[in-house]
Amino acid sequence: MLGLNKTDTKFLLIVIFLTLATPILLQPFAENSGLAQFNAGYPDLMQRFAIYGIFAIGFNLLFGLTGYLSFGHAAFLGVGSYSAVWMLKLLSMNVLPGILLAMVVSGLFALVIGFISLRRSGIYFSILTLAFAQMSFNLAYSVLTPLTNGETGLQLSLTDPRILDAANTSGSLPVTNLFGAAMSESYKLEFLNRVFTFNVGYYFCAILAIIAFYISLRIFRSPFGLMLRAVKSNQQRMNYTGLAARPYTLAAFVISGMYAGLAGGLLASMDPLAGAERMQWTASGEVVIMTILGGAGTLMGPVLGAGFIKYLENIFSKINEHVLHGWFSWLPDGLQDLVVWIAARFTGEGWHLTLGLMFMLVVIFLPGGLMEGGQRIGKLFRRGREDVPDDGTGNRPKPAPHVAE
Amino acid sequence: MSNANFTRRGLLKSSAVAGAGLAMPTIFTGAAWSFTNEPTAGTVTLGFNVPQTGPYADEGMDELRAYQLAVEHLNGEGDGGMLSTFSSKALDGAGILGNKVAFVTGDTQTKSDAARASAKSMIEKDGAIMISGGSSSGVAVAVQGLCQEAGIIFMAGLTHSNDTTGKDKKANGFRHFFNAYMSGAALAPVLEKAYGKDRKAYHLTADYTWGWTQQESIQKATEAIGWQTVNNVMTPLASTDFSSYITPVLQSGADVLILNHYGGNMVNSLTQAVQFGLRDKMVNGKQFEIVVPLYSELMAKGAGKNIEGVFGSTNWSWKLQDEGTKAFVKSFGTKYGFPPSNAAQTCYAQTLLYADAVSRAKSFNPCAVVEALQGDSSSLPGIDSAANKGFLFDGLGNGQTLYRAADHQCFKDVLVMKGKENPENEYDALEIVEVTPVKQVWYEPDNPMFAGGNLGECNPGA
Amino acid sequence: MMDAILLQILNGLDKGSAYALIALGLTLIFGTLGVVNFAHGALFMIGAFCAVTLQRILSLSFDVIDPTQTDFLGNPKKIHTTYLESWLGPDIGNAILDWSVPLAIIFAIPVMILIGFAMERGLIRHFYKRPHADQILVTFGLAIVLQEIVKYFYGANPIPTPAPSAFRGSFDFGAIFGFDPNVIIYPYWRMVYFGFAAVIIAAVFAFLRFTTFGMVVRAGMADRETVGLLGIDIDKRFTLMFGLAAAVAGIAGVMYTPINSPNYHMGMDFLVLSFVVVVVGGMGSLPGAVAAGFLLGILESFASMNEIKSIIPGIDQIIIYLIAIVILLTRPRGLMGRKGVMEE
Repeated sequence: MLGLNKTDTKFLLIVIFLTLATPILLQPFAENSGLAQFNAGYPDLMQRFAIYGIFAIGFNLLFGLTGYLSFGHAAFLGVGSYSAVWMLKLLSMNVLPGILLAMVVSGLFALVIGFISLRRSGIYFSILTLAFAQMSFNLAYSVLTPLTNGETGLQLSLTDPRILDAANTSGSLPVTNLFGAAMSESYKLEFLNRVFTFNVGYYFCAILAIIAFYISLRIFRSPFGLMLRAVKSNQQRMNYTGLAARPYTLAAFVISGMYAGLAGGLLASMDPLAGAERMQWTASGEVVIMTILGGAGTLMGPVLGAGFIKYLENIFSKINEHVLHGWFSWLPDGLQDLVVWIAARFTGEGWHLTLGLMFMLVVIFLPGGLMEGGQRIGKLFRRGREDVPDDGTGNRPKPAPHVAE
Repeated sequence: MSNANFTRRGLLKSSAVAGAGLAMPTIFTGAAWSFTNEPTAGTVTLGFNVPQTGPYADEGMDELRAYQLAVEHLNGEGDGGMLSTFSSKALDGAGILGNKVAFVTGDTQTKSDAARASAKSMIEKDGAIMISGGSSSGVAVAVQGLCQEAGIIFMAGLTHSNDTTGKDKKANGFRHFFNAYMSGAALAPVLEKAYGKDRKAYHLTADYTWGWTQQESIQKATEAIGWQTVNNVMTPLASTDFSSYITPVLQSGADVLILNHYGGNMVNSLTQAVQFGLRDKMVNGKQFEIVVPLYSELMAKGAGKNIEGVFGSTNWSWKLQDEGTKAFVKSFGTKYGFPPSNAAQTCYAQTLLYADAVSRAKSFNPCAVVEALQGDSSSLPGIDSAANKGFLFDGLGNGQTLYRAADHQCFKDVLVMKGKENPENEYDALEIVEVTPVKQVWYEPDNPMFAGGNLGECNPGA
Repeated sequence: MMDAILLQILNGLDKGSAYALIALGLTLIFGTLGVVNFAHGALFMIGAFCAVTLQRILSLSFDVIDPTQTDFLGNPKKIHTTYLESWLGPDIGNAILDWSVPLAIIFAIPVMILIGFAMERGLIRHFYKRPHADQILVTFGLAIVLQEIVKYFYGANPIPTPAPSAFRGSFDFGAIFGFDPNVIIYPYWRMVYFGFAAVIIAAVFAFLRFTTFGMVVRAGMADRETVGLLGIDIDKRFTLMFGLAAAVAGIAGVMYTPINSPNYHMGMDFLVLSFVVVVVGGMGSLPGAVAAGFLLGILESFASMNEIKSIIPGIDQIIIYLIAIVILLTRPRGLMGRKGVMEE
C-alpha cells in the first residue's frame, strides 16, 4: 500500500491507529482519582505531542540519517511560527496559508543556512548552525521587535487587516480555523467516568503528523535515504566513488528545516503567538535531546522522545506539594511529610531534576534510547513464542533497505 | 487534607454523582456551559502560574506562598490575613460564593510559550476559572492574551511594563502592580530633592520591551525636572558582563547612571558599576550617583552592599505600617518565618480582589466579574479626571486604591525606596524614603506611553 | 576616541581572559579527550558556589536572644554572631570573611579535582567510545542534576560575593599615560582576574609542555593505543586530566564571583559561549582556545561601543556568532584546529 511493503504498511497502520486514538489512550485514569493528575488527554498537550513529534521526525531525517548534528534547528521552528502568525494577522484566520508560508520561508531559510553551514562537518557544522540560530534569537528578541514583537511574542490584535476575512465587529479576536472548523472546537465524550476530549486542532495536527511520518518512512526506505546513510557511514569513500555528498545533505537539511517550519506553523495555528524563545539554543537543544532520547535513526524514537519530554514538562511541573499531600494523606503524619518532601524534589519546581535524571538513566542503561527499551520489552514478550523475525515495529533502519517502488 | 481539593473538571463532579461509570456515553459540546469552566459541586479552581525554574524561580516561590495563604484565608483557615482589613466585606471566609477554593500550579519558566502552555493546561485539564501570576511582562502580556481568548479572568502578578495595561490591555485582564510610568513619576521628585535639577543622566537599558518602556518613562520624568539625558545604551538581555557598557559612562560627562535593568541583569550591572568605582567619583563638581528605577526585595538581596544609598521604587513594602500590611505580614511571617516580598503582596491582593469581585457580582461569569472589578464609578479623592472611575477599595496594604475601569490598572501610592546602609538582615536591604501619593503618579488612559491598545469586550468563553 | 579604544581593549582583555579560562578547561576535555562535555558550564558554576559555600561556612553563626529588641513579628529578636567573630574577635574574623573569595580558591581546588575524578570514573569513562550524541545527552542530564542540587541548597537568586575590600574601587590608568583623570579607570579586581587567568593559562601550558605527565597525555591524545601498548596506564592519566580540567573550570568560577554574582543557572549561560570559543579556536588546540577567547572578548568589547552600535544597531547582540561564522568559513578548522578531530 502507498508504495510500502507489507511490514511497513502494518507499521504505518499501527502509527495511524495510535495517533487517532490518542485522546482515549492518554486518558487512562478515572477522573476524581488521585492518578488523574497523570492524564494527558487535553487538547493543548496532545497538539504539542503531535507538533513536536513532527519537529523531531524532521530533525531525525537530518541527524539520524546523515549524522550531521544541527544545533540550530529551533531557528526554523521560530521562523515558521512568525510567518504563520503574520499570515493570520494579514490574510485570514484560516490556518492553511500560514502553514504553507511557514514551510516555504523556513525552507528558504534552511537553504541559505544549510548552504553555508554544510561547507563544514562535525562539530564545526554544529557550531555554525548554532551561531545562525542564536543570531536569529538575539535579533528577534531585540532589534527586530517591529517584526517579532520581541519579548512578548507576536500576537494577533483586533486591528489586524485580515484582508480575506469578513470584517470583525464582535470586539473579540477571531479563532484560528480550517475552512470554518475552529481549531479550538472540542467534543467531549464521557464514558466510564473518564472524559475524552476530541479536539479539531489535535486531529488536524495528527493528520499532518501522520503524513509527515509517512514521508519520513518513504525517505528512510528510498535510494535517497540510502545515499544519506552513506554520507554518515563514510563520506570519504562516497567522494572517491565520484558522488558529491553535499547536494544530498543539503536536500536533507532543507527537508528537515521544512518539517521544523511546519511544526512552527502548527504551533502558531493552535495558539496564535510566536515567541522568540522558540529560537533559543535551549529549544534547539531540546529537539536534539528528544531525538537522542527516543533513539536517533529510528523512525518512532524521536516521536517518543518528544512525547516524553513534553509530558514531563507539562504534567510533572504541575504536581505541587499540595497535590502530593492529597495522594499520601493515608500515611501517618510524620511519614507523610517525609514522603511528600522526597517526592516534591522531583515534581513541581523540581521537575527539572526528574528530567536530568531521566536523560542520564536512559542513555546509561538504554544506549539506543527509548526505542531500545521498547525493543527489549518486545523481546521479552516474544521469547515464549518461536523466533519471530523483526516485523518492522522494531524500526531501527534495516541494514539493506529495499527500493521502495 | 481532603481529596476534594484536587478535583478536576467541574463537569464530572456533577455527573459522576449521578451515575459513575454509566455505560451510555454522553456527548457534551461547548454549548453545555454558559461560560468556560463554570464551577460545580462546591469547588472553584484557581490557576497560579509562576516561574518555578530559571532565574526568577525564587520570586515565583514567594508568589506561590502568597497564593497559598490567600487560598487558606478565603477558605476560612489561618488568621484571615487582610480579609479583616479589606474595605469590601463581601468575603466571609467560606470560600467564594460558598465554593471551596482549590488551586493548581504551573511553571511559566519565564517564557511566553511555556507560560501559555501551562495556562492552557490549567484551563483545559484542571478547569481553572481564573489565572494569576507571572514574574515578567512578556509572560503577563502573553498569558493575558490567552485568557482573553479562552474566556478566563487574568489577574496579573508581577508585571511592570506600561504595555500590560497600555498597548496590550485586555478586557479580561487586571493589574494590581504598578508600572514603569508610575516608577518614573514617583522617583523624579525624590531625585530632584536629593540630587538637584542640574544633572546629566546616562541610561543603560535592557534591550527588550520592558526595558524600553521603563527607560522612556524615567527619561520623560527626569527631563521634566530639568535633567539632561546624555545617552541611552541598549544592553543585550543575555549580558552578564557589563564592563564595556559601563566604561564609556564617565567619559560621557554624565553624573548619574540609570540602570533600566531587572533581575540578574540589574544585580550584575549594579555590582559592576560599583566595582568600577563610579559612585566614588566626582563629576561636574557633583557626586556621581546610580539609580535603579524598579527594585525588588530579592534583587536587592542579590546585589548585597552595592545598593546602599541607591534610589528605586517598589509597589509595596512589608515595612509599611497600615493595618492591611500589618495583618498580611503577620500571617505570612508566622507561616513562613520571613517577611513577604512586594511580588507576594500583589499576588495575594489580586487573589482577594478576584474573590471579592465574584462575591459582589454573585457570579463566576467572567463578564460579571469584569463588571464588578470595574466598579460603581467611585473615584479617588483629589483627582480631577473623567477617567477617575472604577472600583475603590482600601485595606490591602497600599492605602486607598482605585481599579480604574478604563484600563484595568490599579492606582495607588507608590513607594520610593533606598538601599539601606548597614541592614540588620537580608530582608532589611531596602528602606522607605517616601510614599508618593497616588495623585502624583496619575495619568490619563490616553497618555502616549499607553496608547494604541483597546480593552475589547469581555469574553466569557464557551 | 583614543581613550575609548584603550578602554575597550582593557575590557576585551578582561572578558577574553574569562572566556579563555573557561575554554581552556573545556578544551582539555572536549578538544583532547574527545568528550562533548555539556556539564562544563556546571563545573564552572560549582566552582563559583565553592566561593559561596566558603562564605557561608565562615559566616556560620549562633543566635543570642535579645529581649530588649523585637523582630518584624514582634517576637524577641535573635542577634546573629558569627563563630569566627566570637573566637578571633571582630577584627580578624571580619578580615577573614572579607577575603573569602580568594580563600575559596584553596577550598575549591581539592573539591573540584574530586568532583572531576568522580565524574570521570563514575560516568564519563564509560562514554569515551559512545557516539557524541550520547555524550551530549548524559552530560546535559548531569548538568541539570547538578544545577538542581545547587538550586535546592542556595535558591535561584543571585548571591552577593564581594571581592576583598582592598580590591574594591578602580585604578586610574589615564593619569599615568597623560589622559584626564577619571577617563581610563579600571577596577582592581578585574586586573587581578586578568593576572590570575594569565598565570593559570601559563601554568597549564607549562604543565603539559614540560612535565613527563604532560608528555604522556599529549602522546595519549595523539595515539592512545600505542601509548597503552608501551605499558603506560593512560586511563589513569586521563582521569587526572579530567580532574585538572574541572579544577581550572572551578577556580575560573571562584574568581569570577565578584564580577558576576553566582546563581544556579550561570553555567548554562556560559555553556554555549564556551563551546563557541573552543570550536573557533580549533578542536584539539589549547593555544587556539586561548587565542579565540581573547579575540572574541576584544571584538565583543569593540562591538558594544556606542560609536559602532549607532552604525549597526544590535551588533553587540550577535558579534560573537558573526565572528564564529566568518572564522569557520575562512579557516575550516578554526584558528588552530587539528585535522580529523571531531570532524566526522
